[in-house]
Amino acid sequence: MTMGEAGLASGLAVFAFVCFLGTAMGHDQAFSFHAALACAASVISVVVIGNRYLDRPAELPPAEIGGRPNYNFGPIKFASAMAMFWGIAGFTVGLIIAMQLAWPALNLDLPWTTFGRLRPLHTSAVIFAFGGNVLIATSFYVVQKTCRTRLAGDLSPWFVVVGYNFFILIAGTGYLLGVTQSKEYAEPEWYADLWLTIVWVTYLLVFLMTLVKRKEPHIFVANWFYLAFIITIAVLHLGNNPALPVSFLGSKSYIAWGGVQDAMFQWWYGHNAVGFFLTAGFLAIMYYFIPKRADRPVYSYRLSIIHFWALIFLYIWAGPHHLHYTALPDWAQTLGMTFSIMLWMPSWGGMINGLMTLSGAWDKLRTDPVLRMMVVSVAFYGMSTFEGPMMSIKVVNSLSHYTDWTIGHVHSGALGWVGFVSFGALYCLVPWLWNRQLYSLKLVNWHFWISTIGIVLYISAMWVSGILQGLMWRAYTSLGFLEYSFIESVEAMHPFYIIRAAGGALFLIGALIMAFNLWMTVNAGQASETEGAGALQPAE
Amino acid sequence: MSLWNRHKIFEKNSIILIVGILVVIAIGGLVEITPLFYLKSTIEVVDGVRPYTPLELAGRNIYVREGCYLCHSQMIRPLRDEVERYGHYSLAAESMYDHPFQWGSKRTGPDLARVGGKYSDDWHVTHLINPRSIVPQSVMPGYPSLAKTEIDPSDIAAHLRTSRAVGVPYTDEQIANAAADLKAQTDPDSPGSDAFQKRYPKALVRNFDGKAGNPTELDALIAYLQMLGTLVDFKLYNEKANLR
Repeated sequence: MTMGEAGLASGLAVFAFVCFLGTAMGHDQAFSFHAALACAASVISVVVIGNRYLDRPAELPPAEIGGRPNYNFGPIKFASAMAMFWGIAGFTVGLIIAMQLAWPALNLDLPWTTFGRLRPLHTSAVIFAFGGNVLIATSFYVVQKTCRTRLAGDLSPWFVVVGYNFFILIAGTGYLLGVTQSKEYAEPEWYADLWLTIVWVTYLLVFLMTLVKRKEPHIFVANWFYLAFIITIAVLHLGNNPALPVSFLGSKSYIAWGGVQDAMFQWWYGHNAVGFFLTAGFLAIMYYFIPKRADRPVYSYRLSIIHFWALIFLYIWAGPHHLHYTALPDWAQTLGMTFSIMLWMPSWGGMINGLMTLSGAWDKLRTDPVLRMMVVSVAFYGMSTFEGPMMSIKVVNSLSHYTDWTIGHVHSGALGWVGFVSFGALYCLVPWLWNRQLYSLKLVNWHFWISTIGIVLYISAMWVSGILQGLMWRAYTSLGFLEYSFIESVEAMHPFYIIRAAGGALFLIGALIMAFNLWMTVNAGQASETEGAGALQPAE
Repeated sequence: MSLWNRHKIFEKNSIILIVGILVVIAIGGLVEITPLFYLKSTIEVVDGVRPYTPLELAGRNIYVREGCYLCHSQMIRPLRDEVERYGHYSLAAESMYDHPFQWGSKRTGPDLARVGGKYSDDWHVTHLINPRSIVPQSVMPGYPSLAKTEIDPSDIAAHLRTSRAVGVPYTDEQIANAAADLKAQTDPDSPGSDAFQKRYPKALVRNFDGKAGNPTELDALIAYLQMLGTLVDFKLYNEKANLR
């Protein structure tokens, strides 16, 4: 038995006992339920580790076989499958809450099914569960391939993928039970946050140790972005979440920051969750999968250096644009606005680098819907990174803030950029991991068009409803009275909420087609040759 | 050696790359966040602002639990239409005891920063249980279970104590009497209500949900809503005092 197996198994056994006590002594039902889940998961993990030890050969898998790296694909396969599962779950909940806004009776007036509890479930499921699993899966794949070495650690990569998905389970069930600290995109309570910290540090170590033992002299550009994503998310998570629990046997805590300071911490976190989770991490995917699929090298090495450092430097400043005209001091708002506008440049630097990688291979867009999906995602990235800086201008923000325009903006980025680049990456990754040919390119084509129409319906409905809302709130009659009551603006949203739900439904249908396609690829696909060396070149 | 070549140091050393990333991402946050802990305009104390009563705090925790902030902001911007629709723009001091803040980012429903006193308790009772019975076009969920759930007073003192640990100035007396105060606020005739009024001057004391018996979640939530934005007397507030 290795040190890792013995250590993790005994650690989990102790943890299972602690969680058992927590279940029995918990002050509220949600805490006891979560402790019971953790206890069960720990016990199962100990059994699995034991079985694995008994079944495996005496030697751990070698790092190399016949001079070629023996890549570790198990955890990546798990994370890819979970990404698809959570994606469908998250899109479904999104569709439900979109319909709740159009037809409020769907809230059912039960505590567990209201919009206020389902909305965090939707955002966390799509961002952290779907997006997070895509990022972990692709980063573990890319770092191995571009370093030409096996993933560091034996059990630790498994601990990362399973532990991360357990965090999602705790967070998601917590929202339904009313366990939330109400900080947007950082809703999980103190014990889920602590667990995520442990998982995330392990993730950083696995990634870093793989980089350290690389066989390539240079660290490939995609890995810079992955590294910046992992480190910065750790910093943001720790900065935004320090909280004191009312009881160490209860779910409720009070956050250390209050009022203005809490608002600033929250949006420093919130905007950089966008900047580093949903942008830097997915740019890393762009930098590996687009060159690979197009069979062309990255367009410009120098552009990638400039836009990498500029992007991570400027993004951090942009948070206050979520707090325009609030009680946050004016200078901070102006700083946030200024840096948000500057951010347009490195963002488009990344877009240009991605799009121009197709130089000489544009014809592939006609024949390869997977590549088309990724290229369109980069176009959506360009569009929403223009819209974002525009909306951060204070005058524009005075109209757009608090309205559906923000929701539309987020979704052009989330569905168009993050969604499509993830789909593209999974369409590449699943056949590579399982050594199969993709079951059907035709279905990818259907997925592409159905989802694209869905996105267009979604974002145009939200543009119209958002701007309409903003204009109605500030409309005056000729006598100088406010023209509309608030509820009239709510009523005016109804048709757009229906269109938005229809767009969301199309996006979900597209994802279901994808899930079927990937399922058939793994279970009924034809064997293919291993992924070729391709035209990928290390940055130098 | 060209500048581009010097970038090699980051590409060949993962630790140097990490340090580079950490330095670059630290700057913006430090510049924007640190001053908020000592600038006068963000830490000003305004007359009237006080910590929440135990019942209000319990109500606020329900507001947080149900995710009300996802559709209702609590931050009135200094724009003509907002000031006319909702009242005086929000001050930093008005949320100084909010852990966490509830400014929100979306108005699917109206802003609630100054909803206190705008509607009667009866209106809130009806509206929270079934919003469309009173506002037919509303898309808000109904919360009938609030009226049926009693507040557990046993751990409210621990909530006050934890709040004090993160910076809310509750006194020992307030913490010791938290459970009694929770009940006293819903019962003006009870012997404890005078002592409660001394501990929380000007706090509203009445039976918010209109039902006899122990305080319910509905009592707590309405008590919280009815005090929102009412603490500062803007006839006396000097907005020039903290200009720099």
